[in-house]
Amino acid sequence: MKLLFNLFLTFFKIGLFTFGGGYAMIPIIEQTCVKNNKWITHDEMMNLTIVAESTPGPIAINLATFVGYRQKGLIGSIVSTFGVVLPSFLVIYIISMYLNNFLEITIIAKAFKGIKIAVSVLILKVAINMIKKIPKKPVPLIIMLSSFLTMLLINIFAWNFSSISLMLIAAAVNLVIFIVKNNSKSKGEAVK
Amino acid sequence: MIYWELFLGFFKVGCFSFGGAYSSIPLIRDVVLSYGWLSDEMITYMIAVSESTPGPIMVNLATYVGSNQGGLLGAVITTIAVVLPAFIIILLITSLLKTVLENKYVKTILDGLIPCIIGIILATGCYMMITNLFIFKTGISLNLQSIIIAAILIIISFGSNKFLKKSISPIFLIIIAAFLGIIVF
Repeated sequence: MKLLFNLFLTFFKIGLFTFGGGYAMIPIIEQTCVKNNKWITHDEMMNLTIVAESTPGPIAINLATFVGYRQKGLIGSIVSTFGVVLPSFLVIYIISMYLNNFLEITIIAKAFKGIKIAVSVLILKVAINMIKKIPKKPVPLIIMLSSFLTMLLINIFAWNFSSISLMLIAAAVNLVIFIVKNNSKSKGEAVK
Repeated sequence: MIYWELFLGFFKVGCFSFGGAYSSIPLIRDVVLSYGWLSDEMITYMIAVSESTPGPIMVNLATYVGSNQGGLLGAVITTIAVVLPAFIIILLITSLLKTVLENKYVKTILDGLIPCIIGIILATGCYMMITNLFIFKTGISLNLQSIIIAAILIIISFGSNKFLKKSISPIFLIIIAAFLGIIVF
């Protein structure tokens, strides 16, 4: 019971003091979960950071679920995940009740015109950083380029086609290419 | 029913948001716009609010949309929905399927998904930038004030990477942009 409460409190604090999310949370998780409480080792944390890159969801949630499960099974993972989400839930819920017509104040509207540009710069920067990491092979590059063009057209012409369908198509295409390649390889070996 | 739609919409976001804070925004934007829950203006607004409040942006946006559309129950539903996929997947990987990420079919699916997601993120960034820099009213004209702000922000953002070897934090860039907006517009 004490451990559960400790898990909850630790992840509540992590959730409360990390702004913006993402990798900003890793040093704090390292300090609390690895150094202070010794719930996981440094290597385990680094491994999970890599796993988090190929699984969906914010890294903080991934780490909370992992640490909680290691310490106390399913109930531990629920408590830690709940703890890490709760602060942001409460803050945003309270804000959403009071924030309505802020945008009608001229000076704030002007500030937000600027912020809108900053958000597009930030998104472009993420995209460029991610492009650097994809393997420079024809298939991934073609998938990337064609998704880029399709999504741009979807945006411009306001087509009713979701980005999720696009992702599913890309995954399916890659799977088909892989299976076809494998088949022709095994056939080639059979002939030899 | 609105609660079911909220759950489904954010569950989808939770399933497909790979790669950290700003990479999930194009997906959230797509889902939220297609259901008509928020306008493009409000999304930007909420991103700025999310940057100045604790927690992952994705969770913040989910809570906000839920509360906006369905009150407290809506907020609880969207927050659970957006977290659930990550929770389940990590649970499965640590308990039962320790080697699932090394499975060649899973790898192939991810190898197809990731470049597509990158393309989508790039397209959304480009589209948002285009709508900022041009005015589409009678014909197309350039929005000079926006171009000045964009140029300054790009220099600061990419320049800090090159010369200071350190990435400027998103919140700092947003604060600069807010000041520039007040001065220029």
